[in-house]
Amino acid sequence: MRVGAIEFRNVVVSRNGLTGTPSVVEGVAVAGNILNGISLELEVGTTTALLGRSGSGKTTLLRTINGLMRPSSGQVLVGGADVASAEVVTLRRGIGYVIQETGLYPHRTIGSNVAMPLELAGKPIAERTARAAELLAMVDLDPTQYAKRMPWQLSGGQRQRAGVARALAADPSILLLDEPFGALDPLTRAEMQTMLRDLLAKLGKTAVLVTHDLQEAIFLAHRVVFLDAGAVQADLASHDVLHSQIEGVREYVRAVNRFESAG
Amino acid sequence: MIAFLQQHAYELARLTFEHLWLTAWAMLLAIVIAVPAGIWLTRHERWARPVIGFANIVQTIPSLALFGLLLPVPWLGDRTARLAILALTGYALLPILRNTYTGIRGIDPALIDVSNALGMTSMQRLFKVELPLSASVLLAGVRTATVTCVGVATIAAAIGAGGLGEFIFRGVASVDNRFVLLGAIPAALLALIADALLGLIEHKLAVRREQ
Repeated sequence: MRVGAIEFRNVVVSRNGLTGTPSVVEGVAVAGNILNGISLELEVGTTTALLGRSGSGKTTLLRTINGLMRPSSGQVLVGGADVASAEVVTLRRGIGYVIQETGLYPHRTIGSNVAMPLELAGKPIAERTARAAELLAMVDLDPTQYAKRMPWQLSGGQRQRAGVARALAADPSILLLDEPFGALDPLTRAEMQTMLRDLLAKLGKTAVLVTHDLQEAIFLAHRVVFLDAGAVQADLASHDVLHSQIEGVREYVRAVNRFESAG
Repeated sequence: MIAFLQQHAYELARLTFEHLWLTAWAMLLAIVIAVPAGIWLTRHERWARPVIGFANIVQTIPSLALFGLLLPVPWLGDRTARLAILALTGYALLPILRNTYTGIRGIDPALIDVSNALGMTSMQRLFKVELPLSASVLLAGVRTATVTCVGVATIAAAIGAGGLGEFIFRGVASVDNRFVLLGAIPAALLALIADALLGLIEHKLAVRREQ
């Protein structure tokens, strides 16, 4: 399997096994599990959106990829290797991670935040500064202006740009995004989505995006996986979503289109 | 009054120095014990309640009673100062322990999550994220402990460990308020100065989050 590929094999996460080491669940997955046996293969260099209501298990599924969450049973393979037996520190340094709003360290400058993955890798300061400038430029933040600022001096959108830059710092083959733009106003959100789509197309990362916004999913991802109560409800190429006959998917599409249908 | 001060100036200097000496040692010990213990508790949650509870109990023992309990210890002799330091350390533990623990626990969980996701080791997380972000809370604990310690150290004179308490006890014994004040006022000043200085550092260490 190639670097950057992700595969889920019958992944179950039970409610009591949230932070513990893998515990074997006897027999069939019980109702009430967070994830009830998810199997998916994600192609290298593509973007997959995990879409679902709050509590559908999408964030949990995302977090099994970098080992922040352990499956109770089943396997998660990253680049062909089982996450359960991987060395987590090494694994995580090869995976970029972006979360909603609060991910920047308030006691570090933007430049230092962005270069954190390089600092952890023991890179010298000159290299870190240079790379931080390059990354900030990549997400359209002028490094001469922003590298020395503190996170509180930036707007929400600018902070999220810095968050994306940090996730890309170590040039990981995989990028995980957990509702990255959830806290932004609609206009900033749209700007960020455009920027991210261009970036992803340019860099060819395997990206997994958790969102509850159907339009965002279709706009950014090649493929949309609908999750409901810990199971895959639908798994579609994003251009097929709007025409899908699957009831759960239609519900989403109707919710988005309710303006037109009402008028 | 001036004559009285002049007469006891040397003694005042000596006892103030002793007082500072006792407090400084006790604080040093307390920090060396309580900070790592507080960090350890953030990684072993289930011990947090019993350990902090124990420190709480030590804290509630009246100081005069604790020093009184130490009095009959046979090998007291010239080890009085050390015993006093030990007792003072006991009083300083709780605020530092509690603030270290709650300071780290109070960090935005999203930042801890991000640190783990970035592939930080437990030590990297501690030194790059947890300690810098909880430094001002931790220092607030040190500040509380120091002020308490400066005050309680006056009681150390009850077991002959010296310090400004010696003036106070002498004043009480000889019904001479001048001696009581000669001990109490410098002790209060020391506490105020320590509080102000540590307050300044605490303010410097605070991390700005909002506009």
